[in-house]
Amino acid sequence: MLKRFRENKSFQGTILATPTLIFMVGLLIIPLLLTMVISFGTRSADGNVIYGFSLHNYARMFGISNECPNGQSTCFDPLYVQILWRSLSLAFNTTVLVILLAYPLSYFVARSHPKRRNTFLFMVLVPLWTNFVIRVYAWMMLLRTQGVINGVIGWMAGLFGLHFVPFEMLYTPGAVLVGMVYEFLPFMILPIYTSLEKIETALYEAAADLGANPFRTFLKVTLPLSMPGVVAGTILVFIPVMGTFIVSDLLGGKQVVLVGNLIQRQFLDARDPTFGSAASLILMVMTLIVTYFYTRKFGFGEEIISV
Amino acid sequence: MNPYRRSPFIRLSTILVYAFLYAPILVLIIFAFNSSRTNILFGGFITHFGPIKMVGSTVVQSPCGPFHWFCELAKNRDVMGATRNTLTVAIISTISSTIIGTLAALAMQRYNFKLKTFTQISLYIPIVIPEIVMGIGILVLFSQLFTFLNGFLGITGDARLAMGLPTVIVSHIAFSIPFVTLVVQARLQGFDKSIEEAAMDLGANELTTFWRVTFPTILPGILSGGLLAFTLSLDDFVITFFTTGPGATTLPIYVYGLLRRIITPQVNALSTVWVLIVFVIMLLLQRSQKKTN
Amino acid sequence: MSKIAVELQDIVKQFPTPEGGEVFAVNHVSLRIQNGEFFSMLGSSGCGKTTSLRMIAGFEWPTKGEILIAGIPQGHTPPFQRPVNTVFQSYALFQHMNVFQNISFGLEMDHVKKDEIKERVGKSLEMVQLKGMDKRFPRQLSGGQQQRVALARAIVKTPKVLLLDEPLGALDLKLRKEMQLELKALQQQLGITFVYVTHDQEEALTMSDRIAVMSHGEVLQIGTPVEIYERPNCKFVADFIGTSNFLHGVVKSVDRDKAVVFIKEFNAEVSGLISGNVTAGENAAVSIRPEKIRLASQSTFNQNSFEGTVSSTTYIGSDTHVYVDVNGNRIKVWEQNKISSLDPKAYYSVGQKVWLTLFQENTLIMADN
Repeated sequence: MLKRFRENKSFQGTILATPTLIFMVGLLIIPLLLTMVISFGTRSADGNVIYGFSLHNYARMFGISNECPNGQSTCFDPLYVQILWRSLSLAFNTTVLVILLAYPLSYFVARSHPKRRNTFLFMVLVPLWTNFVIRVYAWMMLLRTQGVINGVIGWMAGLFGLHFVPFEMLYTPGAVLVGMVYEFLPFMILPIYTSLEKIETALYEAAADLGANPFRTFLKVTLPLSMPGVVAGTILVFIPVMGTFIVSDLLGGKQVVLVGNLIQRQFLDARDPTFGSAASLILMVMTLIVTYFYTRKFGFGEEIISV
Repeated sequence: MNPYRRSPFIRLSTILVYAFLYAPILVLIIFAFNSSRTNILFGGFITHFGPIKMVGSTVVQSPCGPFHWFCELAKNRDVMGATRNTLTVAIISTISSTIIGTLAALAMQRYNFKLKTFTQISLYIPIVIPEIVMGIGILVLFSQLFTFLNGFLGITGDARLAMGLPTVIVSHIAFSIPFVTLVVQARLQGFDKSIEEAAMDLGANELTTFWRVTFPTILPGILSGGLLAFTLSLDDFVITFFTTGPGATTLPIYVYGLLRRIITPQVNALSTVWVLIVFVIMLLLQRSQKKTN
Repeated sequence: MSKIAVELQDIVKQFPTPEGGEVFAVNHVSLRIQNGEFFSMLGSSGCGKTTSLRMIAGFEWPTKGEILIAGIPQGHTPPFQRPVNTVFQSYALFQHMNVFQNISFGLEMDHVKKDEIKERVGKSLEMVQLKGMDKRFPRQLSGGQQQRVALARAIVKTPKVLLLDEPLGALDLKLRKEMQLELKALQQQLGITFVYVTHDQEEALTMSDRIAVMSHGEVLQIGTPVEIYERPNCKFVADFIGTSNFLHGVVKSVDRDKAVVFIKEFNAEVSGLISGNVTAGENAAVSIRPEKIRLASQSTFNQNSFEGTVSSTTYIGSDTHVYVDVNGNRIKVWEQNKISSLDPKAYYSVGQKVWLTLFQENTLIMADN
């Protein structure tokens, strides 16, 4: 047996990979398949699953509804399609904003003195390692109608004798966007920093030597070379935002419903696990499709291992 | 030409973004010392030491002075329980996923076997799908499984199989493995196999070679992977949210629960302590990294 | 007690290619390496020398054939059970262990007692002139020092056979030359059989008792450095070792160990010693080394003598390289500058008419392929 083990390299590989396979098949593949099976089922009276094969959950997600106001048997209810679209656009907007905010900072740190770089990076990492939920809470405190931001502005307005009506910032789509950007900013800073840091200083000098001003150097040298970092960061930001529900729950309340919230409610309020499963699968497929086309055009950005 | 030259625009943006990153955290910490229990406005610091005295919803005196809410935190059984759970889950899942992930990394990097592609794909999936999809999947699996087993085996009452710490631990292991494997695999890329051949040439069999030569060499990568797994587990909310049960609350879940109900400065105190611990650990890690370099 | 330290019996090694086919890294190789010999396998990359060495060490198993060490067939025995030790091209030092631990590793595997380990490691370090370095780590050592640690680590186990895989490749020229002499001295001092792989023919010629010249997985010739250099058995070896001139013609007659070849372009015959297999009527190559050609400004002998014109000369100091054009063939002739003279007329000039003489015992006739 030992001799066979020693000689058969393929067998060795399989043994090493077996524990992983057990976990991944048992807790990933099978659950996903089960989710798919359940999505074709129907809701029982007590909120459980009646197995069967029906596409009505998917139909409902894409707008074909049976509960119609005018007594028709089927009509178009765009509610869920809106939710899907809202998630997509939020993910897109977040990513764009995060890139815009992260890039200058990453550039600053990448081109700072090597001795100071670690300190700057450390300052980025501390918020990153601070718990997600806590950071959302921080924004709740800031954005509340009687929160800090309104408080500060009100105090300043008071100094000038101006009447100030507090902004209603919490429970708006804007609040959710701000929260998302805040949460995921460090995830974009690190990959962009990594790819910028790899650019030798000599390249900037060479560009200047050949006649390029700082702007053109940025456009023709810095930006293209930093693309892998931007790509990696995009993947690290886009995918989680698509599936988020805490930020929208705490900062958006009932006003901002994303796919994540939809799924959460279907399962936790004993509503309809079959519908929730369908929503979950649609979320996964949507994310995979966008990621597929994105990586086909831009690649994966090898800096993902920067953290 | 100064290689560290950066335009004023860059400098300004950087300052603003750092401020953006830290302002919320600073507010959080300040309000941990809020004398107002409703925690809506900042009512000033508690300046008097002594037995608790309240005026309306403001605490004017406390045995701990301005640190009143930290003391309340220390007395909070739920927090202690949640912390214990969080650490238990993190430690068990980290050790397990690190071992399993390292073995997988060795398998993927050095061998060709029939299920290799399948394993690779299944390791990529958790990274490219939103966490909630995996969380729902596991929830669905366990709930259906438990319902079936409970009915089939006729278990009732307290002995019923239900979600709890074991389901949370097992889920954490599952989502950590791909990350550990990725990190260790990256470190294995530059690995010089000739040192293994040298060890065998000098008389060490496969096991001795692995233990005395291979393992010490890849240890930094394994530790990186383990650290990542530990962090992911400590901080995890989504997957824990769907796989937890009564008595298995972890800190993030607990905080979330508080946020949806009553918010007192105690939440801030908890947050402050958490941030501080993270800060100290990171500082220590920085120092130890500097030493090895 | 077998006098043969290592024997390769008709070894074949095949590897699968990514396209799905098979490539022969080693193609029917048979060798016998004597005890105490410094044996080199020489060839350019891809010739199969390293693969053969690895099969002796046990890192690869032959597809066909058998490897015997001290008369015992090795079969699929793993490397840690073979009585040979290897010095790797990349040194393969254990970075997480210091010099002492690296060298003592092999002894630990043999369960040698601590006191004996200390003594033997100490002796080993002295032998490679690294005394006092035992607490250092590999990354703190220079390339040359790392190479010596790799050597010490292998010889401390006093193996019957030491395998060396291009160990001097990463060193600069001066250090390489020094190490060549040191290795040779060490081998003679220890009496261990060395099997040495290299692509540097000068290295092989300097150090070896015998050399196996390899190309494309096959052994072309085995012999002492003198045999390989003076009597190459085929065109490849004659060209690979040193430099040779080649003329082409048809074999006119064969007489035991001599042959006569008719060279069309010269419209003349050349006679020489047969190397390898030559039959009358077939195409043959005439091989002669540049230093063996007699150059004169007048014709003196009749046979094997040709007239030519000097096309270029290069003064090297101790030698002059003269390139002579004979009926369109460019022949290299290397003359030792035995007489010191500043007079340009003492040296051959471009355009000068000269006579080349190929002595029969310096000329080799071999198959032309």
